Amino acid sequence: MIGLTDIEKRFGDNVVLKGVSVAIAEGSVTALVGPSGGGKSTLLRCINLLEIPTSGTLRIGEETLAFKPGEKVASKDIQRLRRQTGMVFQNFQLFPHRTAIENVMEGLTTVLKWPVERARERALALLDKVGMAHKVDAWPATLSGGQQQRVAIARALAPSPKVLLCDEPTSALDPELAQEVVDVLGQLASEGTTMVMATHDLRLASKIANEVVFLEAGVVVESGQATSLFANPQRERTRRFIATLRHEQEGG
Amino acid sequence: MPHWLQLMLESLGPLLWAALVFTTPLTLLSFTFGLIVGLVVALIRLFGPRPLVAVVRFYVWIFRGTPLLVQLFLIFYGLPSVGILLDAFPAALIGFTLNIGAYSSEIIRAVIGSVPKGQWEAAYSIGMTWRQAMRRTILPQAGRVAVPPLSNTFISLVKDTSLAAAITVPEMFQAAQRIVAVTYEPLILYVEAALLYLAMSSVLSALQARLETRLNRYGGFLEARA
Repeated sequence: MIGLTDIEKRFGDNVVLKGVSVAIAEGSVTALVGPSGGGKSTLLRCINLLEIPTSGTLRIGEETLAFKPGEKVASKDIQRLRRQTGMVFQNFQLFPHRTAIENVMEGLTTVLKWPVERARERALALLDKVGMAHKVDAWPATLSGGQQQRVAIARALAPSPKVLLCDEPTSALDPELAQEVVDVLGQLASEGTTMVMATHDLRLASKIANEVVFLEAGVVVESGQATSLFANPQRERTRRFIATLRHEQEGG
Repeated sequence: MPHWLQLMLESLGPLLWAALVFTTPLTLLSFTFGLIVGLVVALIRLFGPRPLVAVVRFYVWIFRGTPLLVQLFLIFYGLPSVGILLDAFPAALIGFTLNIGAYSSEIIRAVIGSVPKGQWEAAYSIGMTWRQAMRRTILPQAGRVAVPPLSNTFISLVKDTSLAAAITVPEMFQAAQRIVAVTYEPLILYVEAALLYLAMSSVLSALQARLETRLNRYGGFLEARA
């Protein structure tokens, strides 16, 4: 349902993604793993066009957009693809001047021009789904990190995106709070939400991902089904990386 | 009743009338227009095309770098030489607006820049356009940070309107000067004028405090960005 074809991303002379192609099936959960600076975050941000690929093709559902070096992309086209996506950030990035429910309603009322009452109804249902129904009118500053991230998940889901993009959704949280977020994302996965996540969190990746893409230095080193890739990586590089993650998680 | 008190009470009427009819409208109008100019200039400096950026930088350089009194004299007494004749009040209004525009543009530019990039991205990620992100997400947060420095500008402006007396605007300070001219009591009248300016500034400081409390109701937003 999502196709990234031959995506290249340059920042000046620095080539961050070198012809990456990934296909993501509807209802699947894909984890992008790999060392820092390997390009997983950039790849994720190329899906909702917070970064514009230098070249390549992006397809989300029915919408397709091709990129060519030096060619400016119309903001109308960016909007068209971006509206198929929702994003969860490492640092939550809730709007601090809006309450939990206002954060969730914002995309519905401002972007989709829903009437307030209908938006409120949907926002309430989503906050309930992420276990935040008791904090509907709370300011973000009064919520724990895990609670903020759950509100952020509800906000991202509000406009019914085709895919939920998660950029290190648990990295800013201590293990206990991370677990709340893992649980919510796991529940969404089991309901068939299509997700792509960049993550260091092996617990997150192994619990909910069914596909894994291992990225290093801007290329896909290995990809495949999560269970087989984690249990039996084909490439030596992947094997070493997964061993390091395991070691960190057990040690820390 | 002592003489000084009687004189103050007798002149209170004309002074307050001048404050109501000239000082207050001059302050409110030039601050409002000045903020609009400042916002436009700030947006051009942050997001505008390069030639336009050069133009607005030149404007800020001129209006911050020359005395306000000289600017008012140039507009009111200087421009007629090139065929532009303005009444005193509009001349003062233009002068103060451009001056406030230059100073406030720097404040607005700084506070817009102080909103983290992640807030733009969050706004974009739920589908907002640049304008929606600016209006709904960035400006409200920037506005909160801007209240103390813009209040400074506003309070300075209230007092600076007394300079308009020099280009014949019959505002409060000029009203005091006129009474001095017939009573020969400069100390009493100028103390009275000073007290009235102080009262106006105090009201504004109190309003600033109330506004800050209101805007702070959502708590420390630094923590919210963890």
